[in-house]
Amino acid sequence: MTAWIDAVLMPHLVIAPILLPMLTAALMLLLGEKRRKSKAALNILSCLAGLGIALALLLWVDAQPGPLAYGVYLPSNWPVPYGIVLVADRLSSLLLLLAAGVGLAAALFALARWHRAGVHFHPLFQIQLMGLNGAFLTGDLFNLFVFFEVMLVASYGLLLHGSGRARVGAGLHYIAINLLASSLFLLGTALLYGVTGTLNMADMAHKLAQIPSADRGLMHAGAALLGMAFLIKAAMWPLSFWLVPAYSAASAPVAALFAIMTKVGLYAVLRLWTLFFPAGLGPDGAALLPFGGPVLVWGGLATLAFGAIGALASQHPGRLAAYSIIVSAGTLLTAVGMHQTSVTGGALFYLLSSTLAVSALFLLVELIERSREVEDEAMLARPEDDDLLDLPGAMPEGVNLDDEEQALIGRAIPAAMAFLGLSFIVCTLLVTGLPPLSGFVAKFALLSALLNPAGLGAASAAAPIGASAWTLLALLIGSGLAATIALSRIGIRYFWAPQQRPAPKLRVIECLPILLLLAGCAVLAWQAGPVLRYTDAAAAALHGPRAYIEAVLSTQPVPPPRAPQQQQQGPTP
Amino acid sequence: MEIVLALAIGVLGGAGVWLLLRPRTFQVLMGLSLLSYAVNLFIFATGSLSIGEEPIVRQGLTANLENYTDPMPQALVLTAIVIGFATTALFLVVLLASRGLSGTDHVDGRENDEQEGGAR
Repeated sequence: MTAWIDAVLMPHLVIAPILLPMLTAALMLLLGEKRRKSKAALNILSCLAGLGIALALLLWVDAQPGPLAYGVYLPSNWPVPYGIVLVADRLSSLLLLLAAGVGLAAALFALARWHRAGVHFHPLFQIQLMGLNGAFLTGDLFNLFVFFEVMLVASYGLLLHGSGRARVGAGLHYIAINLLASSLFLLGTALLYGVTGTLNMADMAHKLAQIPSADRGLMHAGAALLGMAFLIKAAMWPLSFWLVPAYSAASAPVAALFAIMTKVGLYAVLRLWTLFFPAGLGPDGAALLPFGGPVLVWGGLATLAFGAIGALASQHPGRLAAYSIIVSAGTLLTAVGMHQTSVTGGALFYLLSSTLAVSALFLLVELIERSREVEDEAMLARPEDDDLLDLPGAMPEGVNLDDEEQALIGRAIPAAMAFLGLSFIVCTLLVTGLPPLSGFVAKFALLSALLNPAGLGAASAAAPIGASAWTLLALLIGSGLAATIALSRIGIRYFWAPQQRPAPKLRVIECLPILLLLAGCAVLAWQAGPVLRYTDAAAAALHGPRAYIEAVLSTQPVPPPRAPQQQQQGPTP
Repeated sequence: MEIVLALAIGVLGGAGVWLLLRPRTFQVLMGLSLLSYAVNLFIFATGSLSIGEEPIVRQGLTANLENYTDPMPQALVLTAIVIGFATTALFLVVLLASRGLSGTDHVDGRENDEQEGGAR
């Protein structure tokens, strides 16, 4: 039975993460706008099924022996360089799982009230998931563009969900910038097609090694244009000015889902750069540096610094969460630009942890803001309170008094406030990278890989550590400090301010997704060993792309189910 | 022929970028359209230029790029046109929504900071 599942079912499961959301979205459109409950149920069911499929794919890929951990699928059954090809390897399965988890949490959260704020929330949500999954799975450059566009078009709709002037203004800028980025993507793809004559990423990597040096300039121009398109999505400074207004204007579940969208740009850079510019020795014997590596490293460092300063400057928790995304993007870009296997492994762990944490933070911000709204309404509703203040003399002796001379003892913390406060503390620990949660493990893995490329405990005197590594170390710790200050300030303002307000009313459906995301981070910290082993294996496969190229190029289409003698006949005239 | 196509792409692209940098939403939309035309022409040109040759295989002609034009860029341009058209239409809707909500066609939804202070 298991053999049958492995041999027959699993290869076909590679296309399921794309088909499932697409069919769900189509079904939802048929249901019409009135039947919101059945749509919501469909959305949750589809997200749960997507999570299960992603988990099954990940376990299947990881269980395969050696470096050949690939599931290659030919959707149109054409021979490889001509037809579209889907590839599930360790990296894409990991990101599929992450997208499914974040998607499930965001969909659950939206059920509380956001899905009623406008039309077609659920179909757009599923189409966004389809674009994300497709971008992670595809092995074809133009198909990557198509899935990027699917993802972006759904994200335009989702960003505008709920309407309002701020969302429309931010959405206009967001769409304009992404349309420009799409043009750059097309230009880069066309240039690379012109140089190599193929669009299959593995085939292109295979042919790029053989192109004459006269054409290398053209190929570098194409790669640079593609990189610009990806870096706009991955939010590298100075291409990231659209991100903070857009993400802080979006509704909470949408912003939580968008937390993974910046990672798509990063994924594309990671995938293409390790394929096209593998480490090794050049024809003249010198070590090959990846094209644009210093740009990635120093641009990532600038992004990190920009994000940290922005986090310190933000007065609004939504903007703070958006700047945390920029901080994580900067860290990841720098780590990818370093082009070292161990650093990439740590960075992948950091990607998991930071995406879950920032997504939880976006959901939490909405609830915190709502408690603030309750406070404002309470203040407006009771303007006569000033006349009714108890005199301090009425208090018993020896009681601690707060700012407004009210007794502090015996005041119960409402469960909702306790939940919000504790979740906020956990988010702070995760985003800033303080122990004992997965944020700390991630930063530790990154820093130890940076300082000791040979591995923990090995002699490190072999190679000197570059200036960029030291800068990254300083900025990582500095940005953690900046985030601690910024988040503590917001926490003090929202949780420790005088509590004259009734506690916000939270619903279980709103707390559950936050708990899910934070539990994901707790599992990451608890199972850090196996997860790090997995991410290291994924990084090793990325930095040795030969296995990927061979796995894709050696895949044969399934022969048609005909009798053999019919195949001998020539084509019918 | 190459110089004509290069000039067309260059003029379209240059005009598109100039319009894109304008502060009016409709000009930005036109800029994006012109840029997408330039990009589509560019993709078309990457399959090498040829006159009077088809991308469809005919009998009796060997299937190489001397007898046929490269079909791949044409397929790519077709997809890119469809996607670009859809996203431009979506941008137009958001443009109209922004115009209706803010009462101005400035890309920021307000003319500038001094006038905003006066309007309030």
